[in-house]
Amino acid sequence: MRRRIEELTVAQGVETVVVAAALIVAALGAHAVGDSFAHNLLTSVFWYGIAASSLIFLSAYGGMVSLAQVAFYGISAFVIGNAVTTGSVKGLHLGYDPWVGIVLAIVITTALGLLLGAVASRSAGIYFLMITLAFGVLANTFFGSVTLLSGFSGISGLEATTPSVLGNSVAHPDRLYYVGLVASLLVYFLIRYLIRTPFGIALQGIRDDPVRMASLGYNVPLHRTLAMGFGAFVASIAGLIYGWQFGHVDPGSINLEQVIFLLIIAVTGSLFKIEGAWLGALVFVVLQDYARNIPLVHYVGISDQRFDTLIGVIFLVIVLLNPGGLLGIWDWIKGFLPGSGSPSPVEPPVAQTGSAGGAGA
Amino acid sequence: MVPTALPRPAVRRLSAYDVLRRLPLVLTLLGLLVAGIYILFVTTPLPLSGNGSWRTTTFGSAIDDPVDFAKTFLDAITFAGLLFVVASGFTLIFGLMRAVNMAHGSLFLLGGYIAFDLQQYFTNAGGFGLEQVDAWEWFVPAIVAAVAVAGVGLLMQQLFLRWTQGQELRQALITIAVSIILADQMIQHWPLQDSLAWPSFIGPNNFAHIGGVEYAWSRLFILGVAIVIGIALYLWLQRTRTGMVIRAGVDDRNMVSALGVNIQRTFAIAFVVGSALAGFGGAMGGAFSSLAPGVDGQWLLNSLVVVIIGGMGSLGGAAAGAFLYAFVFTFSAAYLPTSGLDCCTEYSPIFTFVLLIAVLALRPLGLFGRPA
Repeated sequence: MRRRIEELTVAQGVETVVVAAALIVAALGAHAVGDSFAHNLLTSVFWYGIAASSLIFLSAYGGMVSLAQVAFYGISAFVIGNAVTTGSVKGLHLGYDPWVGIVLAIVITTALGLLLGAVASRSAGIYFLMITLAFGVLANTFFGSVTLLSGFSGISGLEATTPSVLGNSVAHPDRLYYVGLVASLLVYFLIRYLIRTPFGIALQGIRDDPVRMASLGYNVPLHRTLAMGFGAFVASIAGLIYGWQFGHVDPGSINLEQVIFLLIIAVTGSLFKIEGAWLGALVFVVLQDYARNIPLVHYVGISDQRFDTLIGVIFLVIVLLNPGGLLGIWDWIKGFLPGSGSPSPVEPPVAQTGSAGGAGA
Repeated sequence: MVPTALPRPAVRRLSAYDVLRRLPLVLTLLGLLVAGIYILFVTTPLPLSGNGSWRTTTFGSAIDDPVDFAKTFLDAITFAGLLFVVASGFTLIFGLMRAVNMAHGSLFLLGGYIAFDLQQYFTNAGGFGLEQVDAWEWFVPAIVAAVAVAGVGLLMQQLFLRWTQGQELRQALITIAVSIILADQMIQHWPLQDSLAWPSFIGPNNFAHIGGVEYAWSRLFILGVAIVIGIALYLWLQRTRTGMVIRAGVDDRNMVSALGVNIQRTFAIAFVVGSALAGFGGAMGGAFSSLAPGVDGQWLLNSLVVVIIGGMGSLGGAAAGAFLYAFVFTFSAAYLPTSGLDCCTEYSPIFTFVLLIAVLALRPLGLFGRPA
């Protein structure tokens, strides 16, 4: 059904214009955004967004806030680093074909996601958050201490061993940019599709009431496990782009700080809407690189070194104002715009934290 | 016991399903057995010449080298003591308020730094590391640190958590935000690695002699403090009115509050005690190892793993979790092969995770956990 322009509310109009403008600018790429520095910045937005979308997918539709997504994109980057690079320092340096490396990275990461899902699927809510956090931090320690696979210095040279379509990803940042853009769109529409399948509907039912879904005959742990596997799959794509962009991955790229950054991105956008992933990523990346340029900011003690304080304060304010993030705040504003009828309080599908472990029944 | 109505067959046949269902238990027991045999009999010390084999570890087996085995054992128990002190604060807060304090590690580190600064001030050390100090020069900073950190915790609870009670995820996010800010500000004030000095009576030159094993008094002191704190917490929770209210609140907050108890006051008390334990733990941890950026995350993880294993909100669970975690961590660090193709690889984090998986597969809510 096509709706006429007159039927659109102001809010819908604003949304349409913003999304269309963003897509046009994104599609034009370098010609629109200027130098290659901005290019690199936006590539970061894409992979941060993909990783955050996996977190948001699990949180919004599965009721599971997973802090393991950083570990998953890290594992993906480590796997492809071990598989495709050739060299003499740390890592296995198997020297496989890049495509084999890509498949390996995705398959191994997804398998680990299923494994963690199987372990954590009987927990829910805050327990789930903590188990995945423990996994995330242990993955960081694992790659730091297992010198066979990485060690603290990490693996370099990923940019030179990409598929030939992509070429050297550091030399051709524009190609990687479009890979990131296309991957982001594919992931977005894949998630949109998945949540409309019977599996996705059942997953949302489990989010809302695991006990009832179990008594209706749905296998609750299995659905959660599969959702975790899918989340790890999406995160593994982010890991590939990450690895190619920087050509290097080390345990520092998946440390606790990164885990928290990804959570901040997801929460800043919205924990309850997939679109929020890229919005949050954009805000975060732009802040990270331009915070020092805000006039007078150094008077309040914020410098390059104190970036975390700034991010922490912004994060705190958003969480205190509205747990739905920027999109949640936008929903709130929409209520006051003309044409939207009565301002309806937006009820985000809050994660089922109240019935922690209830699915074990 | 009332006899159950369901008739049961006299002999239960062990079906394939039963075996499969008990697979986690079987695998856990098998793993324990293999690990025990490996540590007790199989491993060998590094030969005088040439490379070792897959059996080579730092000390060799427990039979070869009982002294180092005993030391490792004591290392595990004393580490468990420190883990318990920190994690008991975490679990106390969670048990009562269902609030996961993600800033617990930051409070630990903050406590350590405050104690460090005070000790430097008392001794006029001017930033230099000290070897040992007078008793009061450790105890006063440690207690002041605990009180100061309790204040920070109380402030955080009153400002941010009091009115978000019941929104677990939001509270976790709020405390994460606080921990980021705290961590960043601490880097600004204490950019380097620091460590406190123990009091002279348990200082670096004093060793206890336990059956032929020479062992540092400072680590035994940690264990002693942990036991005292454990007993005090137990008595407080079991014998006092506040403790009774807290236990009742763990079971049913709404009912307690409906009975006319000021539950907000109880929440504040729990948060003060929990934070103070983190701060005091930080003062001990700062002397036990060192204080540096990143230690906060490490101790948040330690607390998390301990309470996930033991069961959130259970004091006994925190003790059990601390023991299991400390034993797996210490023994896997000491008794894993140290030579061969990938020398110097540290596999103990993997075993910690295996422990976590094994416990969760057996009991999803932890050893002593109960559904909310």
